[in-house]
Amino acid sequence: MTEFFAMGGYAFYVWGAYGLTALTLVIEVLSVRSRHHRSLEEARLAAPETTSVAAEGRP
Amino acid sequence: MASGNWYRYSSPATFYPLAGKMIPWFGWSAAVLAAIGLWIGLGIAPTDFQQGEAYRIIFIHVPSAWLSMFLYLVMAAWGALFLGFNTRLSAMMAQSLAPTGALMTFIALVTGSFWGRPTWGTYWAWDARMTSELILLFLYLGVMALRNAIDDPRRADRACAVLSLVGAVNVPIIYFSVKWWNTLHQGSSVSLTAAPKMAMTMLTGMLIMSFAAWFYSIAVCLYRVRVIMLERERGSAWVGELQEVEAR
Repeated sequence: MTEFFAMGGYAFYVWGAYGLTALTLVIEVLSVRSRHHRSLEEARLAAPETTSVAAEGRP
Repeated sequence: MASGNWYRYSSPATFYPLAGKMIPWFGWSAAVLAAIGLWIGLGIAPTDFQQGEAYRIIFIHVPSAWLSMFLYLVMAAWGALFLGFNTRLSAMMAQSLAPTGALMTFIALVTGSFWGRPTWGTYWAWDARMTSELILLFLYLGVMALRNAIDDPRRADRACAVLSLVGAVNVPIIYFSVKWWNTLHQGSSVSLTAAPKMAMTMLTGMLIMSFAAWFYSIAVCLYRVRVIMLERERGSAWVGELQEVEAR
């Protein structure tokens, strides 16, 4: 197992390349996800007045 | 009738739910393929007798480099469709592809330099392949910056489409650079016209990783295009009627 992680002495390069790739992909997905939540929030605010708004009622 | 059905999906209101259904399929396919590809690439494929274990970087380098070029062509094609037919979905697709294409280019450059250091003795060289790939990154970033610089989305669509089409000339330059010039970067090990110059397991692993990268890109671009639809069409009737927008 340690042999596998050592990558024949190239551990820094191999795991560095794989690690950076994984990291950037995760960042991309998370950033699209947070943009999605924001866009839904804004779409709710911009939604045309419908019955659902009236149904909320006011105190 | 069939063509009429296809045309229906060029409207964001009908494409939005369709894309939503497709995302999990492409996402999970990408995850499964990546797991198989990594198992082959890191576990089964034999050690390269010249490069040792460092060669294992190619299992992410080659797929990301292929996709960086291909996604650019797809982005330019959507731009051309938009210019020709003025369909707003085409422009949104082009907009959605740019960040993922830029990321694939970035990954290709970084993994390439991590491979180059132990193999060539340098992280970077200004040879034709690497320089043209770096220009590809700048083209992606340029398209994204151009969009941010123009307030009117329709004008931004047109400007970005034109820039993407002009920049497409760079893609064949990247692809053929190793043939046209003497580059430090090696020639291709896989081509459509000749037998591959590598072991079968290496090739299999690389192809599976390429499909994984493909499906990932499709999934994340569909995800982003849905967000773009919400951003650009908020306030319209169809967005207001969406379950996830109404539900509070």
